[in-house]
Amino acid sequence: MKKRAVAFLLGTVAALSVAGPAVAMDKVVKIGVLNDQSGLYADLAGTGSVLAAQMAVEDSGLTKKGWKIDIVSGDHQNKPDIGVNIARQWIDVDKVDVLADVPTSSVALAINNLAKEKNVVLLDSGAGTSDLTNKQCSPNTIHWTYDTYMLAHGTGTALTKSGGKTWFFLTADYAFGAALERDTTAAIKAASGKVVGGVKHPLNTSDFSSFLLQAQASKANVIGLANAGGDTVNAIKQASEFGIVSGGQKLAGLLMFISDIHALGLQAAKGLNLTSTFYWNLNDGTRAFSKRFQERIKTHAVPTMVQAGVYSSLMHYFKALDKLGGNPHDGAKVVAEMKSMPVIDPLFGKGKIEPNGRNIHDAYLFEVKSPAESKGAWDYYKLVATIPGDEAFTPLDKSTCSLLKK
Amino acid sequence: MSISLPALSAQLLVGLINGSFYALLSLGLAVIFGMLNIINFAHGALYMMGAFCAYFLLNAFGLNYWFALILAPVMVGIFGMVLERTLLKWLTGLDHLYGLLLTFGIALIIQGLFQNYFGSSGLPYAIPDQLRGGVNLGFMFLPIYRGWVVVFSLVICLITWYLIERTQFGAYLRAATENPALVRAFGINVPRMITLTYGLGVGLAALAGVLSAPINQVRPLMGADLIIVVFAVVVIGGMGSIMGSIITGFALGIIEGLTKYFYPEASNTVVFVLMVLILLVKPTGLTGRAT
Repeated sequence: MKKRAVAFLLGTVAALSVAGPAVAMDKVVKIGVLNDQSGLYADLAGTGSVLAAQMAVEDSGLTKKGWKIDIVSGDHQNKPDIGVNIARQWIDVDKVDVLADVPTSSVALAINNLAKEKNVVLLDSGAGTSDLTNKQCSPNTIHWTYDTYMLAHGTGTALTKSGGKTWFFLTADYAFGAALERDTTAAIKAASGKVVGGVKHPLNTSDFSSFLLQAQASKANVIGLANAGGDTVNAIKQASEFGIVSGGQKLAGLLMFISDIHALGLQAAKGLNLTSTFYWNLNDGTRAFSKRFQERIKTHAVPTMVQAGVYSSLMHYFKALDKLGGNPHDGAKVVAEMKSMPVIDPLFGKGKIEPNGRNIHDAYLFEVKSPAESKGAWDYYKLVATIPGDEAFTPLDKSTCSLLKK
Repeated sequence: MSISLPALSAQLLVGLINGSFYALLSLGLAVIFGMLNIINFAHGALYMMGAFCAYFLLNAFGLNYWFALILAPVMVGIFGMVLERTLLKWLTGLDHLYGLLLTFGIALIIQGLFQNYFGSSGLPYAIPDQLRGGVNLGFMFLPIYRGWVVVFSLVICLITWYLIERTQFGAYLRAATENPALVRAFGINVPRMITLTYGLGVGLAALAGVLSAPINQVRPLMGADLIIVVFAVVVIGGMGSIMGSIITGFALGIIEGLTKYFYPEASNTVVFVLMVLILLVKPTGLTGRAT
């Protein structure tokens, strides 16, 4: 009996030593979707991004090939400390391999450092700051959907060229607002416009009247809203009360999501220009995805570009894992593999991932339809111009990313 | 920064507008705290329900803003009275902390439910036709609706103050708070009076919600964002003081407006800095009496 026990023990030890290398490369993946699920960015990311991740897992076909893929999700409440705590626990305790979405630039920059330190993957869809692929770039991060450079060179350039020569900024007082104002200012100057002033407001402001009065008094042609989500919605809604647009000034929502337009209503939003890399009614691929998404989300909303980006970035991640033949649990290695593969995607079209982690695809300049032009629910945008990916995002020779050997 | 008089007067007026909301909400809180001894953390959620009520009255029943102004406070007030009858009344005589925890929990449940069904960005609600547009005052463009909010809430505040401080009903109410047993001995139904008072306080919150619907988005979190500031207003004004909370409400709106002009980055903290300073000097608040 004793002999058998010893043999059994030996067998176990042998099995463990054989299984050793296989632990490094297995078919288990854990995804952490980290975003705002209760605050002003919850509609543009939130549980919709979790659903998008779920759909990516189902569509990847990996589970049929024997992969085990789990999703966890968390609410970072737009606070970097909370976000980092959740992510740290996910990585250390739950063995999460990839963090997806992460809107709110201040949180994203903190998670960007953590992902590098812990060698996991960050697929950022929700955050805007272009610093993620410039001075803060990381071999573990891919910035998927949009960034402040792209927004500046879409809406900013277009409005300046069409006569908006002087600008006044209403800027959300955190990393994203600062980056967006900086990049837009550069774009305005490049198009020979001028910034005449600006005011910084706290994140999540409900009353913009004081700031709007200052913008009105500046007599600038364009009032640039370097904020997002609920802040932009409130600013636009209240601007119409103070007669800003009827007084001859133009409003520029530099970052607007379809959820914002829906909240504003077309009457208040008509005629606004905005830049986006995704719109549900762009082609068959986007329509098919959006229809499936709408059927499954409680609010029956169409996906925002952030949610579409979560789906698309995870699909590409799964393709890279499939090609590697297993999960090496080595973030930098998977990201390198993702960069080496062309991105082919029904939602964002053909793209590529630059060495600095920037995913390049086309961007679109849209104008919001008037209530009369809209043919039905969510029929909100008309296409004004397509900005090719190479022009929309920071050119590599201008990127300050240290990963680029010059 | 160069200070121009027109710009300054404009900011003062804008401050007054925000102050009206603070005043209406803190008034309701003061009434409830003064009479029921409950720190009503559900106030923000009930304010939000008022706005949603206006939205549904318009979109489901075609009843416009003016109907909502009367119906929403009544409906939410009734909801409040049901809350009082079923939940809050069990807390009579217990420590403040219990009331705070219960109402905070209620607020979280209500907000969670609304957020689950309506998302966080909110729903649009248009300004009524009669109050659209604005007048140019020379130093600023004043939207008529905002002017209306200031005047209307001032009137409501004064009526409430009169009701509680100057009428017989108010006298009963104040007596019932001091000594419920004695007032009951005179044949007055104290529990019913307390329920009505809670309904009144809640109705005031809902009224503020309807007033704010055309200005802000009708959002599940609209109350949560505001309630903390309003609590600071009540603390500064002195817990339970009716006139104190009205005056502090307007005053703090103005101070906040000025901060937005001189140093906008601090505009969402200035109220709390003031609160700390005042509590250091006068722990009972500006008009509060030591108990």
